[in-house]
Amino acid sequence: MMKFVIPLGRRAAPSRRALLTLCSFLIPILIWCLFSYVPFIWHPKVMVSDPGGVDYFNPGTLVDKDEFEDQAGQMKAQGLAVPRGHPANPVYLPAPHVVAKAFVVAFSTAPQTRDGVWLHESLWHSIQIIFWGFVLSSLVGVPLGVLTGTYVTLARLSEPFIEFFRYLPAPAFGALAVAVLGIYDGPKIAIIVIGTFFQQVLVVANTTRKLDPTIVEAARTLGTRGRLITKVVVPAILPDLYRDQRILLGWAWTYLIVAELIGTSSGITWYITQQARYQHFENVYAAIIIIGMIGFGSDLGFERLGRKLFPWHVAQGDKR
Amino acid sequence: MTAASPKLDEGALAYLEQTDAVRQRFKRIKERDVVLEVRKLHKTFETPQGATEALRDINFKVHRREFICVIGPSGCGKSTLIRILAGLERHSSGEVLLDDKPVTGPGRDLGMVFQGYSLFPWLTVKRNIMFGPQMSGQSTGTAESLARTWIDLVGLTQFADAYPHQLSGGMRQRVAIARALVNQPRILLMDEPFGALDAQTRSRMQSHLLDIWKNIDLTILFITHDLDEAIYLADRILVLKPHPGEVQELIEVPVPRPRAPAQFGSPEFRAVKARLEALIHPPHELDSAEDTVAFANMIRFTDVADDVE
Repeated sequence: MMKFVIPLGRRAAPSRRALLTLCSFLIPILIWCLFSYVPFIWHPKVMVSDPGGVDYFNPGTLVDKDEFEDQAGQMKAQGLAVPRGHPANPVYLPAPHVVAKAFVVAFSTAPQTRDGVWLHESLWHSIQIIFWGFVLSSLVGVPLGVLTGTYVTLARLSEPFIEFFRYLPAPAFGALAVAVLGIYDGPKIAIIVIGTFFQQVLVVANTTRKLDPTIVEAARTLGTRGRLITKVVVPAILPDLYRDQRILLGWAWTYLIVAELIGTSSGITWYITQQARYQHFENVYAAIIIIGMIGFGSDLGFERLGRKLFPWHVAQGDKR
Repeated sequence: MTAASPKLDEGALAYLEQTDAVRQRFKRIKERDVVLEVRKLHKTFETPQGATEALRDINFKVHRREFICVIGPSGCGKSTLIRILAGLERHSSGEVLLDDKPVTGPGRDLGMVFQGYSLFPWLTVKRNIMFGPQMSGQSTGTAESLARTWIDLVGLTQFADAYPHQLSGGMRQRVAIARALVNQPRILLMDEPFGALDAQTRSRMQSHLLDIWKNIDLTILFITHDLDEAIYLADRILVLKPHPGEVQELIEVPVPRPRAPAQFGSPEFRAVKARLEALIHPPHELDSAEDTVAFANMIRFTDVADDVE
């Protein structure tokens, strides 16, 4: 029964699939638009356009709806000018077009504050942190994972400790990392490494273990002795290894914000906290969306690349 | 036919009748060198429930260019046996000798074709076949020309650069055979290699295998659970019985060579098949145990009144 349902879903016409993909993004945006542009949906605040007789109202002030109506009633009773305004959302929910504008402005105008940095500079810094953290982790984590997945003795020796260490939250090592590596990029990269490495070893080891033993046995009956790992195990698991790395890279991104708060705040996190401090929430949203776009976009790119790199892996599903 | 019929009617021992030509052939086979010898082979598995005896006192010899089939019901340890012969598993006691030297592990001399797809999915057909020669240190050029020869021999010239997933089940097993044979093993071990193929492909593969075997210096030990397949291919059939796996009989197949599918109806063929059926599916076991119980208590999943039977 499963066999019937799943291929049906997968083999949906490409045009239909593209439409569904588009909708999966359009629906959340539509909901956001509804909350932002339809005045009777939510809008708990009132944006004052004419303060009337209320002395502490100014044009552009955001007040609670109840308070506004209360004041309007009082003014009416006292025979003074009634304040006017229109329904609005809190400052932390900017409308889509405001965020879209911030998106453009953030890339096209110089930073407003003296110590400010361009958004793309912040992003580039963040990407470098992720890159080095992930590369350093992979340099040791992937080979160790493959060996752990291949040799039972090594697995028994390393896995219990790694299992233990994986439960320790990476940010908990922040202070230690700063003490050892200083306040700049060192400790940030260290946090990404700590957050990625231990998962990586376990995930890669598991992938290695899933290798069909027949493949290894076939290689042994063909006379392979010493080069089993480089000639058989690694090539056989390479597509799955690649997929693991894609997933792990996603996890590395989730450690980014914490990592960047350690020592001197930097990168996209610094940009976000800075903008939030000045209540430029449209910039905050723009930055968050950019992180999403970079993550999603790069993963999409890696997936395409994977299909090019491992043409023999595409049709594995039909194998049995 | 008239002369043979009364003998067949005499009953179960008809399969022992051999024509002079067949008898001569077996005599010639036995005069050849012994390639593989198994002596007092035992295999015990340690399980949480205690030790299980998988194989008990297996003895047989395989002569050069002989085709031996091993047959038996599921659980008789035929796969364990072939894995031990291939050096992929250790035996508990006894000896496995290849050219009088004990087998200590898998290697080029013990070619193996597995039941499942064991091709390297990341390599093309040609590179799969080149794998063995390259592992033994031959140059890429030599390996490639060897591979070409074998690809032609198994009739996959057009598919040399295809990946295994692009091939049908039958083609994949041809590649697996070529990949094992390019190493020129002393013996080719085949573990139900055609078990997953459809009936038509299977019979074509059987003929194809016989063709290969005829034309090169090749000794084959072939595991199957298909009686027809065993009789069609084998010189001798080693019948195992289960729990524990023991040799029940080593049958000399009296069907003359060269073999052809037309012989499936011949008296010799039917006599051997009757014997194998009697050994492997004894009548009293057919009605007993799980088979019948499961169906007796079959739950009815439909309420409709229009019964199908």
